[in-house]
This record gives sequence, C-alpha cells and structure tokens, in this order.
Amino acid sequence: MAVSSLAEQQRIDQLQMRGIVKQFPGVLAVDHVDFEVRAGEIHALLGENGAGKSTLMKILYGLYHADEGAVLIDGVDTAIRSPYAAIQRGVGMVHQHFMLVPSLTVAENVALGLKSSRGWRLDLDVVSKRLNELSERYNLKVDPNVPVWQLAVGEQQRVEILRALYKGAALLILDEPTAVLTPQEVDELFQVLEQMTADGRAIIFISHKLHEVLRISQRITVLRDGRRVDTIPTSGATKATLAEMMVGRPVVLEYEQQPSNRGGERLHLNDVSALSNRGELGLKEVSLTIYGGEIVGVAGVSGNGQTELAQVIAGLRPTKGGTIAIDGKDVTGKPPSQLQLLGLSYIPEERMEDGVIKEFTCAENFVLQDHGRKPYVSAGFLLNLRAITDACRDAIRQYEIKTPGTETPIKSLSGGNIQKLVMARELSRHPQVLIAAQPTRGVDIGASEYIHQRLLDERRQGTAILLISEDLDEIMALSDRIAVMYEGRIVGIVPRAQATVRQIGAMMAGAELEVS
Amino acid sequence: MHSSNLRAFLDRLIDGLLPLLSLIAALAVASLLLIALNADVGQAYAALLEGAFGTQNAFAETLVKAIPVMFVAIGICVAFRANVINIGGEGQMIAGALAGTTATLALSGAPSLVIIVAALAAGFLAGALYGGLAGFLKAQFNVNEILSTIMLNQVAVQMMNFLLNGPLLDPSEQGLNHIPKTARIVAEAQLPRLVIGLPDGTLLFDRTRLHYGLLIAIVLAAVIYIILWRTPIGYRIRAVGYNERASRYAGISVGRQMVLSMFLAGGCAGLAGVVQVLGLQYRLQTDGSPAGFTANAGFNGIVAALFGGLNPFGAIPASILFGGLLVGAQNMQRDLGIPASLITTINGIVVVFVVSSQILVKWRGRRRAQQSTTRTEVPLDSPIVVEQQA
Ligand SMILES: Nc1ncnc2c1ncn2[C@@H]1O[C@H](COP(=O)(O)OP(=O)(O)OP(=O)(O)O)[C@@H](O)[C@H]1O
Ligand SMILES: [Mg+2]
Repeated sequence: MAVSSLAEQQRIDQLQMRGIVKQFPGVLAVDHVDFEVRAGEIHALLGENGAGKSTLMKILYGLYHADEGAVLIDGVDTAIRSPYAAIQRGVGMVHQHFMLVPSLTVAENVALGLKSSRGWRLDLDVVSKRLNELSERYNLKVDPNVPVWQLAVGEQQRVEILRALYKGAALLILDEPTAVLTPQEVDELFQVLEQMTADGRAIIFISHKLHEVLRISQRITVLRDGRRVDTIPTSGATKATLAEMMVGRPVVLEYEQQPSNRGGERLHLNDVSALSNRGELGLKEVSLTIYGGEIVGVAGVSGNGQTELAQVIAGLRPTKGGTIAIDGKDVTGKPPSQLQLLGLSYIPEERMEDGVIKEFTCAENFVLQDHGRKPYVSAGFLLNLRAITDACRDAIRQYEIKTPGTETPIKSLSGGNIQKLVMARELSRHPQVLIAAQPTRGVDIGASEYIHQRLLDERRQGTAILLISEDLDEIMALSDRIAVMYEGRIVGIVPRAQATVRQIGAMMAGAELEVS
Repeated sequence: MHSSNLRAFLDRLIDGLLPLLSLIAALAVASLLLIALNADVGQAYAALLEGAFGTQNAFAETLVKAIPVMFVAIGICVAFRANVINIGGEGQMIAGALAGTTATLALSGAPSLVIIVAALAAGFLAGALYGGLAGFLKAQFNVNEILSTIMLNQVAVQMMNFLLNGPLLDPSEQGLNHIPKTARIVAEAQLPRLVIGLPDGTLLFDRTRLHYGLLIAIVLAAVIYIILWRTPIGYRIRAVGYNERASRYAGISVGRQMVLSMFLAGGCAGLAGVVQVLGLQYRLQTDGSPAGFTANAGFNGIVAALFGGLNPFGAIPASILFGGLLVGAQNMQRDLGIPASLITTINGIVVVFVVSSQILVKWRGRRRAQQSTTRTEVPLDSPIVVEQQA
C-alpha cells in the first residue's frame, strides 16, 4: 500500500470544535473555545503554560471528555469518546509527554493497539517492513528492532510520529514536538510536516517558539487562561504581536547581559568518561572547568553525551575513569546526597521521570532533596508541614506557577508549570554549582524570560552554571563560554564573544575547532 | 456545578462502599458452592454473621482473631508503600514469637512491665531483622523479595519446629508423643484482658479472651501513620515506592529505604507473634504445620492491608472484617456441618474479590479523570504506559 495517499474514509476536510468547556478541580482549563482546522493546513496553537492547549487537544483526541461543546468533522457532529475512536476517525496525536512502553521495541510499540492481519498473532515483521517504508519516505530514521528505553528523547519522538502516521492519521496533533529537537531536527520535522500537508493531511502544531510558528503555520489560534483570544492568519503576525496576544501585555524578547564577574574555580572535570545507557562509552575523557559567576553553555545535537555529562556530575551515573572536583575537593563517585550538601543543584532533562514524583503534591515535590533538613523538620523528627507549604506557596507566587494549590498532585499541572516548580526548587537551594539541562524546554516565552533572568541572577551571585541546551539561541544569549559536544567529547570551547552560530553549528556536526 | 458536586459525592460513596460490595459479591459466589453442597444458604450466612458478631463473646473472638492480622497489615502498609512486596509476614511473625517467648521465659521473676516491654522489644527486633534480611538481599544483591520472603517463611517454620521439639520444649512434655510447645509464661508476663466499663456500670467484653493486644495495635497504627506521613523517613519510603529514579536524583538512598521498610514491616509482624503469645496462648505452641502457630495471619495481613487502602487506620477495620469471617466460618461449620475445606475456599474467594475491588477503584478513578469534573488523585494515563517528559 502506498503510504503517501490518504485512505478515502479517513480524509478530513474540515474539523471544528465548538464551544468546548472543560473544568478541572479548581481550574476552568478550557472555557467556551471554538477552533477549526482544514485539510492541507498547519494550524498553530499558542498560549502560555497552563493556557489549556494540551487539554483542548486531549479532548479532540478522546482522552478527556468535554463538559460542554461539540466536535464536527466535515460538518457532522462526531462524538470522540476515546483515543481508539479518534484513530478510527483519522485523528492522531503525539503527546507532550511521550506514551511509549520502554521495554518494548519500536515495532512492538507501533503494533500496540493495532489489528493484526493474522488474527491474534502480532505480525511484527509486517509492521517493521511498513515502518521502514514510512521512515524512508519521511526521512524519519529509527531502527524498528531497538527497545525504546535505549532511544534518546528525539528518537522517541520520531517513533511517536511514525506510530501516528502508521495508523493513517488524517489530522495529526503535535503537542510541543520541537521542544526536544535540535535546530537541524526541527528542519527535518518541518519537511515531514510540509510533505504531510501536501498529502492532504491537516496538522495542529503546538509550540512555545514563536519563530517556528511563524515559519511553518498558515493560521494561528492563541489561547489565554482557557479562552480563545483570536485566530489569525500567520502572514502579518510578528513575534511581538503574538507575544502580546499570549501574555496580555508587551513582552521583552531580548535582554542585555552584563560582563562576567568570574570568580574562583568551582567545578573541575578531568578526563571523565562514562558509559551510556546502551553500554557504550557515551562520555569520552571530558575535561572542563567552570568558575564561579560564569555560565558555560553546552551545545550539541542530542545524544552526543550531554545527558551523560550532566548525570555524571550529579552523581547519578558512575564514572569510567577521570576525576570530578567541586571547590578543589575530589567528589568522584560521591552519592547525590553528599554532592547536594556541597551546593550542587541539578535541573534534570527528563523532569517527569527524574525531577518530580508525579503522585506527590506540589508541596511534597518542593522538598524532594531537603525534606530532612532544617526548616522542614521540627522537633527533630517530624516534617514541618507548615514550613513546607509556606515555602512552596512562596515559590508558586514568585514563579507564577499555575496550580490550584500546594496540595494538588503535581501530575495535574501543565508541563511548563512542572518545569517552573523544579526550577524554583533548585534555585531556592542556593546552589554553588548548578547544572541546568534544558531549563526552558516546554516553558512559555514569559516564563522562559523569567528563568533566564534567574539564571543570570545566579551567575551574578557567583554560582558556577553548566547550561545544557539544544536551543542555540538560548546558549548564545546566556553563556560566557560555549562547549560543543560531539560523539561524547568536547570538541572545543569558545568564548561567546568570539562564537558565531555558523561556527558552533559546524562544530556540532563534528568539525574541529577552527583556531582564529 | 451543583449536580457535579452530587456526582462527586456519589462517586466517592461508591468507591468507599466498593470493598464492602465486593465482599457481598464474594459471598454470593460462595453461596453457589453452598447450594451445590445442599446447604441452606440463608441459614449458613446467618450462622456466619451470628458467629462473628452475634454476641459479645462472638465479637470478642472476632477481635482476638483479628489482632495478629492487624499487626501484620499495619507493617505491610509500610513495605508496600515502598513498593517492596513483603510476603514474609508468617516467617517474621514466627521470628518475633520465638524471640519474645525466649525473652519472657528468661526474665520470669522480673516485674510485669519489664517482662512485657522486653518481650515486645525482642519480638519487634527479631521480626524486624528477619524482614530486614530480605530487604537487604533485595537492596544489595537484587534478590527478588517475593521469593526470598517466601523461602524465609519456610526457614522460620522449620526453625520453630526444631526449637519447640528440642531446646525450647516444655520440660513437662518430654515424652515421645509430646506436643511441640514451650513452657507456660508466668502470669506477670501475660497481657491483661481488655474489659471496657461503660458509664452505666455494665462491662463490655467481660469474661472474654479479648486482650490488650488490641490497644497495642491501635497505638502501633498511629505510630506507623505518623512515620509514613509526618516524618522524613516515611516521606522517603513513599518516594522510593512511587519513583526510584526521582528518589535517587533527590539523593535518597533507595536501597536503605527498602531495608528500612522491610525492617519496620518485619517488626510489626514480629509484634503480632509476641502479642499472640503474651495475650492469648501464654506459650508458643504449634502443631508442626506451616500455619500451626500463625493461623495464616501473616498472609491475611497482606489482604487486610490492601483492603484498608495501605493506610494503617484502614488496616484495623479491614482486619476485623477478616477476623469476623474466620470466626463466623467456624460457627457455620459447627452449626451446619459444612466441611472446613469449603470455609477455606470461601476465604479465598473473598480475597480475590477484595483485591479486584481495589483495582476497580483505581480504574474508576482514571475514568473519572477522563470524563468528569470530579476530584481525583488517580493517574490519568494507564499504568502500563510510561510518560516521558519531552
Ligand atoms: N488532569 C488534570 N487534572 C487537574 N487539572 C488539570 C489536569 N490537566 C490539566 N489541568 C490544568 O488545566 C490547565 C490547563 O492545562 P494544559 O495542560 O492544557 O496547559 P497547556 O496550555 O498545555 O500548558 P503547557 O504549555 O505548560 O503544556 C492547567 O491549569 C492545569 O493545571
Ligand atoms: Mg501542554
């Protein structure tokens, strides 16, 4: 079967959502929203963290049921009561938080929930074969036989997209697909999306990155606090107008940076190596020194050792040689608890898996490291619940985290708000050394700006900061020096003043540092 | 808004009643077996109810049966909250009983309070070490705790049989056909009977076998509740149970929490053993079979803990329900001549239904999160699906 053509029964010329309302305890997440998308169109959905984007899309995908409102497909009122029904009607979704089973292979994950032509038996070879065709056609490369847990986040996303395509999605919802991608990968994704719209599919695209939205979409709908602000054609929109529509006030998109006030040596890595999850040498003899009051940005295509680098420093991954020192003290092989006492904070890349305990409340999550330390224990052995709640409430206010309260389970917060809480927690610990991995991934522009300001504040106060990001703009805007990683090595360290995007990009692709 | 509040209330009411409904469903299924045996179902269940709660003495017996189950169940709450599946209640209970009895016999002559406190401490410690051993094997060598605790149960039974037939055997039982039991403990070591005086002068549970073990269990439930939800120790145990990766990230030693949770769980089961000796049997005695001393309290405690929502205070009523079932079933057997094996079967059916009802409650929670406006704290995505933060 040709994968390019769209099966007749699944074609969607026009999909409308009318007067959608969804209430969660304490939050009106979606408030009488009208939304429309047409075949061949990429329709962008914009809004701050917690504006209701994911909720609206989950309703369309049948994961949540709306309290009010209707979905019309080609003018016909269609009840989508479950993801299964959505898929039947040609609606596919790639979630903000991936939904793959880690222990299964790529092909097995795609086969989940499929009807097999061989009755109850899985025809995995057929799945693999079609998967190969699809990934060939759309240039989405993954090995169907690798278990998902071995894949980097970017690769997992390709699997999610392939899975939706495999099921024949005529309308594909992409919830923040670019948050995990490198600029290079974003270009590739956009080619895939354009190919898909050319094939007559419709795409709903959610992103916090305005330049992407401006580049790829034809129309833009902006949500704020659960309500639709407006739907406008992309031509004629600018970053500034969009930002203002989203936030409700003008937003500063650029900020000046003061010169570095470099202090003493804080973190020192000497020839550090480590294994990756696949058991290969993922980090190869990396040496790096970070001084107090500076931000060292780590640029690189995802999967080139950045994750291993962060985890090794945080004490979460054993070294395979080399030494790590904090303030001149050898800390190689020390457990995270001891590193924390030396003033190390770590904002992990995979916040849902590493950074929070989903079942715990916001308040409980706020004291993940420090629940046993001073302000949070009273009488020597009891948790001081009042102090914990107060600290969390302060953070919620300060970082404008959208949550009904401190006792809400953190899993019911929107993705960006969870990230803000993790950020607030780590900075409230007054770190001496801060590792920030993808700190603004999935965070809206207003909050990104705030997080950047806070990182610069930390820098001013003398913290040594290692900033790992796939967003080159972020690296260029904040770093004093930029270290580029390629295949587990640091291929070069460039002072920002001398760095150009072109040069960094070339080094990310493996070119040696050109000495100028 | 108003109607959705009502719906929320109804939803929670149904969730609360589900365990009870599942019990009724189990009894309905069991009645098919009774019919197959030509027994009068109504009469049978009347006998069960009468036997469990019908008289003061019946209720006291129910409580007496429930006490060891409570202790074990309270401990299971800790282990299961740490996601350590402790099946070793039986062995830990035996370890506690052996240590507690030995201490009691060694201390005869000491003041009452000294003996009792020392015996409880010894029983707790022995059970805790025995449970902690399984936790240690899991943390250190990644030995599956389900297997290790089941094997340790066997070891404990054999150890008890050996000790009760030899070193600890009652000196007056030295014959060939002796019953394996220790000497009787002194009166000072025995837990007092629990009699409740009402304001009007009547005595509740007078002349029954109900003993102070019940109060100890209630105190223990409070202590464990505080540990789990009000101390850093409990925080860490629950954190590890929910998410090992994030716990490690937070600097929590996952292995240590596993050992600790098994230590506490084993300690509670150990107390079940001593309290059974000090409060009821006044000696350690078995018939040589695996459940000869424990009467399966180590296993029933697991079900009671799940039934009670892994909350120590839920574990107490759940255990009483189980005690009632056990005592009532005996009465059913006596009055109607229903075979004992059927009683065991009915017990098993109840266990299956109760555990299923717990799964159903979770599932309902998930569905609710999907479609309505009611309050819920259950995961939104199905449990086999792992969310990965993008
Ligand atoms: N299952 C849930 N239970 C309770 N509240 C929820 C649930 N899901 C979302 N919410 C709340 O609804 C609001 C909208 O959340 P949603 O995830 O749709 O935001 P979003 O626009 O996708 O934000 P982000 O950009 O951060 O992903 C938030 O305030 C969130 O806390
Ligand atoms: Mg979202």
